[in-house]
Amino acid sequence: MPRAPQRQAPTFGTMSTIAERLELTGATRRDFLVFCGKLMVAAPFGLAITEALTPEAVAQIVGAARRPSVIWLHMQDCTGCTETLLRTSQPDLETLLFDVISLDYHETVMAAAGHDAELALQDAMAANDGKYILVVEGSIPTKDAGTYLTIAGRKGTELLQHVASHAAAVVAMGSCASWGGIPSSGPNPTGAVGVDALVKDKPVVNLPGCPPNPYILLATILEYAATGKLPKLDTLHRPKFAFDRTIHDHCPRRAHFDAGRFARQFGDDGHRQGWCLYQLGCKGPVTHAPCSTRHFNDVVDCWPIGIGHPCVGCTEKEIAFTIPIHTTVGIQRPFGPDTYPPIHAESRAISPVATGVAGVIGGAVVAAGIIASRKLGDGGGDASAPKE
Amino acid sequence: MDTTRRTLFRTLAAAATMSVLPSAAEARERRVAPNDAVGLLYDTTLCIGCKACVVACKAANNMPADVDGYGGGIYDAPEGLNGTTKNVIQLYREGDRSSYVKKQCMHCVDPACVGACMLGALQKGPYGIVAYDPAKCVGCRYCEAVCPFNVPKFEWAKTAPKIVKCELCRHRIAKGKQPACSEVCPRGAVIYGKYTDLLDEAHQRLERDPGKYVPKVYGEREVGGTQVLYLSHVPFEKLGFRFHDEQAVPHVQQTVQHGVYQGFAAPVALYALLGAVMFRNRRGGSDDQ
Amino acid sequence: MTSDAQPIGGPLFTRTFNILAAVGAAGVLLILWRFLVGLGASTALSDGYPLGLWIALDVVTGTALACGGYGMALVVYIFNRGKYHPLIRPAILTSALGYTMAGASVAIDLGRPWNMWKIPLYVRNWNLNSALLEVALCIMAYVAVLWIELSPAFLEKFRDGGPPLLRRFATRSLPVLEKALPWIIALGMLLPTMHQSSLGSLMLLAGPKLHPLWNTPFLPLLFLVTCLAMGYSMVVFESVFSSAVFGRKAETPMLIPLQRIAVWTGLGFVMFRFVDLAWRGQLPLVTRLDLRGIAFWIETLLWILPAVLLAVSRRTDLGSLFRGAICIALAGSLYRFDTFLVGYEPGPGWHYFPSVPELFMSLGLIAIEIAAYIAIVKRFPILGGMRARS
Repeated sequence: MPRAPQRQAPTFGTMSTIAERLELTGATRRDFLVFCGKLMVAAPFGLAITEALTPEAVAQIVGAARRPSVIWLHMQDCTGCTETLLRTSQPDLETLLFDVISLDYHETVMAAAGHDAELALQDAMAANDGKYILVVEGSIPTKDAGTYLTIAGRKGTELLQHVASHAAAVVAMGSCASWGGIPSSGPNPTGAVGVDALVKDKPVVNLPGCPPNPYILLATILEYAATGKLPKLDTLHRPKFAFDRTIHDHCPRRAHFDAGRFARQFGDDGHRQGWCLYQLGCKGPVTHAPCSTRHFNDVVDCWPIGIGHPCVGCTEKEIAFTIPIHTTVGIQRPFGPDTYPPIHAESRAISPVATGVAGVIGGAVVAAGIIASRKLGDGGGDASAPKE
Repeated sequence: MDTTRRTLFRTLAAAATMSVLPSAAEARERRVAPNDAVGLLYDTTLCIGCKACVVACKAANNMPADVDGYGGGIYDAPEGLNGTTKNVIQLYREGDRSSYVKKQCMHCVDPACVGACMLGALQKGPYGIVAYDPAKCVGCRYCEAVCPFNVPKFEWAKTAPKIVKCELCRHRIAKGKQPACSEVCPRGAVIYGKYTDLLDEAHQRLERDPGKYVPKVYGEREVGGTQVLYLSHVPFEKLGFRFHDEQAVPHVQQTVQHGVYQGFAAPVALYALLGAVMFRNRRGGSDDQ
Repeated sequence: MTSDAQPIGGPLFTRTFNILAAVGAAGVLLILWRFLVGLGASTALSDGYPLGLWIALDVVTGTALACGGYGMALVVYIFNRGKYHPLIRPAILTSALGYTMAGASVAIDLGRPWNMWKIPLYVRNWNLNSALLEVALCIMAYVAVLWIELSPAFLEKFRDGGPPLLRRFATRSLPVLEKALPWIIALGMLLPTMHQSSLGSLMLLAGPKLHPLWNTPFLPLLFLVTCLAMGYSMVVFESVFSSAVFGRKAETPMLIPLQRIAVWTGLGFVMFRFVDLAWRGQLPLVTRLDLRGIAFWIETLLWILPAVLLAVSRRTDLGSLFRGAICIALAGSLYRFDTFLVGYEPGPGWHYFPSVPELFMSLGLIAIEIAAYIAIVKRFPILGGMRARS
């Protein structure tokens, strides 16, 4: 078997800044600005790197960040979360992989295989010990001592613990890594769990979604690279900038919901007119996810509701793959927009003109009465009537 | 003038006595829902404010959209029941607490509007539904004034106006279908059925989840009972239900009226009395000659 | 029923009359417009206040102010005080005009007036529980009764000197009328007893929507009692008014006792109301000075004021009578306004004040009523035997 060509000196994590690296590799500034614009869409609030008002300003901040080293592990996955990353067109794949982040280990896209791959992992971990970001894709089986996933002879659980222990932070990419995903849905024969069930001593960021929007991942990683801090997280360790609202809160079809216009069957009039999909089982009202405003594949309206299928709640553990797709859900916080009438609506106000006119008429009558009464008092009047 | 004052007091005393007759008359019996009574049960804990019922009601009753107000000239957004809206969803919100509430005719067991209407344009008909017949309506709006739920509305903008209110889709019920609102509700927040069944269901829900609801089925006894029942997780007053007295609205007025009139006996008797006195006076000549 | 009544004579188209006619004509034009554009555009009525100025003022208050005929009929024919006879015809005229105006107001207030004829004729559809039906039928009948009661005045004039056809008709019909009149007069006392009390019942059906200061099962009795007081006061008012305007001798000896009846009735009414409030446990409400509390006190004080004035001044000149009568008429009118509008609680968010066209339509009808009164007393034998102003 021909020997693998001699590897070049590892170039992982040279820790140059992103701007330096882009200049070195000749990626166009325009492309980078477009990428920064996409970051702003992905994280319109809640992240230090996108707080600026223009792509140029964001480019300034991101450009100054040191290229983060990223190690990507696959567990029980379908590779969809990798696919979503690969579906970005801006930056293109090369720029992404080699310039913005330093993707030092990724089983799907890297060239190495077999023993070379194992070595690559070791080298990557050693080169940026304690500084790299571990991204995990896929759930980790725990049943029967975790035998249902072995990679190069090592159990997934053990591999995860090992790599995580040298990482700066762990990002659980996708629902599987966040809480177990599809493999964990009943009866969960492999005992699949998410990363944070196993990794307790490192900060874990969950990015649920099946798959999530890739710019969410990039924004999270770059925030860490630029500021040294992870984004603010909610109680489920999901970044608030993407997961604090439900699909329903930002849904472009919300106006139809508010007005009571629903598609009742696929292909009916309402469906063709793009009406709300609630009655077809849309889980939007109970699903925290950013999809309403950040779509997929860099194509506008390329997301489930946008193409006419109800949201299945893929980010939520109690919803996705548990509640049937076409079952309707209650609404957790009936947060009505202002387009509901109150219990007591105000009727139109009293006309000041009418009150004025009535006042004038009333006053005239009173005045006439007073004048008449005075006249009668003076002139008229008999001598007092016979006393009773 | 002594005689005048004396007779005046006598008259007032007689009138006062006559008006006390109501207490002597038999108290008006409390009405009950008819045997075939149907109704609605609305549960605020299930309602999501989707307004599908508002849209369906308009479609089933051929009512135009309300695009004035906050509809922005584009979509149907009634601010309450009105001449083009027989069913509406309102929102109660106070701090953290909120609830939707559906408003439509309550189809009272002993309706004030039916008691008011001169020619019976509003009547309690089959299934206990309070129905409206414009042929007998003169548009006096007395029914509007007396309804404790402010349900009947008037078509103020029209030159041939009618009273407008929910009639439980009796035209659909006649064809074996259910009211449009309950048919279209995606959560079963409003359901239709036999009144007795709905009352049972309401009580079962209260028993199953006592912490979830205000422990009352509104409409079971209020204002004499209504065939549309409500379960709520917030106090009913907050939802706009102002009255909780169990006495039927027409009770006092009809007791007094029937007590005084005693059929037509009292007027006839009074007429005879007046005529007799007049004749006696005529023959006797004036008292102050 | 002959009397020494005579037409006052004098020119018809005086300045006052012309102004009244102009206001009346404006009102009529507005009424035509109301039928073209509908109630929503011409009035301030709403679903919160479906009954407004026309009902509260023109119908409920107007008919009560027109109860002079009723009151005088009781005094003259039941209590047999013949000396008050000269006051009967002007009282009946006022009543006839007042009730006719009330009927006209109902016709313009109704949303579907083309169905009005069904009220007396659709007997099978009559809802005998409805106080409003009772009011409608009684008022329709009473208007007819009043004009029939008044007809001798017209017939006498035609008999004594009109076109030959009318003269013959009058000569033939007057004796028939005289025979029938007692039955009609008795009816003219029965009907107001029934419908004035039923007007009170109307708001009783509003039940919990009527504020407790006015919501009493005795509403029918209270309306009846106050309408009598108002009727007598209006008789006094119009007599004083006619004396002053037409230069006739004042009828004070007759007016003083009538005014006293009104005043005492008013006092009795006030006492009854306080007792009733206490019995219903609502007395604390009178201490609250919100809109309704203040309205209650204005009413009450207006009832008491004439009695106080009478006790204090003991004056019985025309001016005092006039003022006393106005107080009582106003007190009773306010009582009715309060029962139908101020004390009516449709719920938060609803407001009502009549629109300008609404006000002017009422004003127009009132103007027509006054103009008709003036015209009729000038041309027909209504007012008792005094010379006209030369």
